[in-house]
Amino acid sequence: MHILEVENLTKTFKKVTAVDHVSFQVPEGELFGLLGPNGAGKTTTMRMLTTLLKPDSGSASVAGFDVIQSRNEVRAGIGMVFQEPALDRQLTGRENLDFHGRMYGMKKDLRKLRIREVLDLVELSDRANDLVETYSGGMQRRLEIARGLMHFPKVLFLDEPTLGLDAQTRRKIWEYIRRMNLEHRTTMILTTHYMEEADGLCGRVGIMDKGRIVALDTPKNLKDLIGADVVTLEMESGDGDIYRGLAFVKDVVKHGNRLSLMVENGERKIPLLIAHAAKHGIEVLSVELHKPSLEDVFLRFTGATLRDREAGDSEKRKMHPPMARRR
Amino acid sequence: MVSISGQAVYMLWLREMKRTWRAKSRMIGALVMPLFFLVFMGSGFRRATLPGMPEGVDYITFLIPGAIGMSLLFSSMFGGLQVLWDKEFGFLKEIMVTPVSRLSIVLGRMAGGSTISLLQGFMILLLSTFFGFRIHSLSGLLTAVVFMFLIAFTFIGLGLSFASRMKDMHGFQLVMNFVVFPIFFLSGALYPVQGLPVWLKPFVYLDPLTYGVDGLRAGLLGTSVHPPLLDFAVLATICAGMVTLGSILFETSDVGQ
Repeated sequence: MHILEVENLTKTFKKVTAVDHVSFQVPEGELFGLLGPNGAGKTTTMRMLTTLLKPDSGSASVAGFDVIQSRNEVRAGIGMVFQEPALDRQLTGRENLDFHGRMYGMKKDLRKLRIREVLDLVELSDRANDLVETYSGGMQRRLEIARGLMHFPKVLFLDEPTLGLDAQTRRKIWEYIRRMNLEHRTTMILTTHYMEEADGLCGRVGIMDKGRIVALDTPKNLKDLIGADVVTLEMESGDGDIYRGLAFVKDVVKHGNRLSLMVENGERKIPLLIAHAAKHGIEVLSVELHKPSLEDVFLRFTGATLRDREAGDSEKRKMHPPMARRR
Repeated sequence: MVSISGQAVYMLWLREMKRTWRAKSRMIGALVMPLFFLVFMGSGFRRATLPGMPEGVDYITFLIPGAIGMSLLFSSMFGGLQVLWDKEFGFLKEIMVTPVSRLSIVLGRMAGGSTISLLQGFMILLLSTFFGFRIHSLSGLLTAVVFMFLIAFTFIGLGLSFASRMKDMHGFQLVMNFVVFPIFFLSGALYPVQGLPVWLKPFVYLDPLTYGVDGLRAGLLGTSVHPPLLDFAVLATICAGMVTLGSILFETSDVGQ
């Protein structure tokens, strides 16, 4: 029995299918990530799993309860850290936590104890009695994570937990998340569009694009799918076909005026690749070599980089603001 | 199964009190407008007798129940529309994802909003003694208090209904201009409605505040257009309807989405 079971979950806004027959299972205690660009359907999936949005079709159960039939039971068993701030800025940090504890029916002593514990965890004890409006963005995020954990949820959902934070704060937050996951075996579901976050933090990662999960496995297994080094060539013209005939090139993905080639021992192959291009009269403008990352996995399954998708998404947003935003 | 969580209702009420206490200037600001009406219109029309005004009552005394009604109307609508602020600042999501029944959330909000708006109503009543106002009898005062409660809950319900069907704060000014002000002007808070042209009369009788202000006059001045019991029956019915409507619209709204 998995703590989270999702079966063909689907949600359409007007004509856009934001989440398209998504299925996955998460065992108890796992730190599971949904990786994908903005607009991939991660937040919509999360809103359905946390009972804030009714699915059009499909089903999901969280901590043993159906998210459509037993909304209150699901709510009692989960914690949620939202993408946008969801704090009362006119209350102090402690009061925000107290509000939360009471809404979850926690008794006074337990509330006091937990407030102290979670404030310690996110290192906010000394600012607990200040109004939240005086907090920095990173502090607000930490307070929200503390709040999400406070009532011992069986599953904690984190929607883009480190969005817009500086590198140092981000690392801190990763540390809290890891510690909570280890110490209390709290199952965690997080969405992110930072591939290094999914890679470094999550036990398993589901890669989402255009409402679908295109690949799901441990970060290592996903990267092993690429199985080699990635050489990216920037060229003025030409397509990947010229490389398809070469035996040592395992895969070719074209994106814009760049080609990503999967090859073993990349550093030794670069001269060959450039020479090959020259033979076809194509000039190579730049070369980049790296070990495979989840970015490459995304590229392989979708034919676009995360950044391409984000750029495309922001263009769409300009044309149809409300539609793109709701995705 | 719908259950009411007393702790959640209390918490939502307490939050409203804390927020208001921290924004005392807002509360004082809300008192200023009804007071301005009392001071400026009251002195400007001091000697005026309008057709339909009760015998032996000067204009400023006539205006006092109107000013109380006004203060209750504005602060209650504001209290109901407060949901929009929570939506704007994201806090509504935190409330909606908790395992508390939607009914408890509505009740908590109504408890908080009505407390604030009744406090303001009482402050106007208290301040009006400086304009020479005297309370006739305890029963009159109690009558007025009953009507104050009814007015407060009616318009919190109405505010909540609007807030549940509005996406963001952009519509707020629209509601103020096209709903709140007509309700205020048509209620007879400023002048006797008998003088209004016939085509406006149906609107006067559709206006819940008409019965509220008339009931307040019955209690505070001992004189009213309709029998106070009729005012009470009509307003109590509207009030129950508004509270129900507000709750249903809030519960079925896509606020969390």
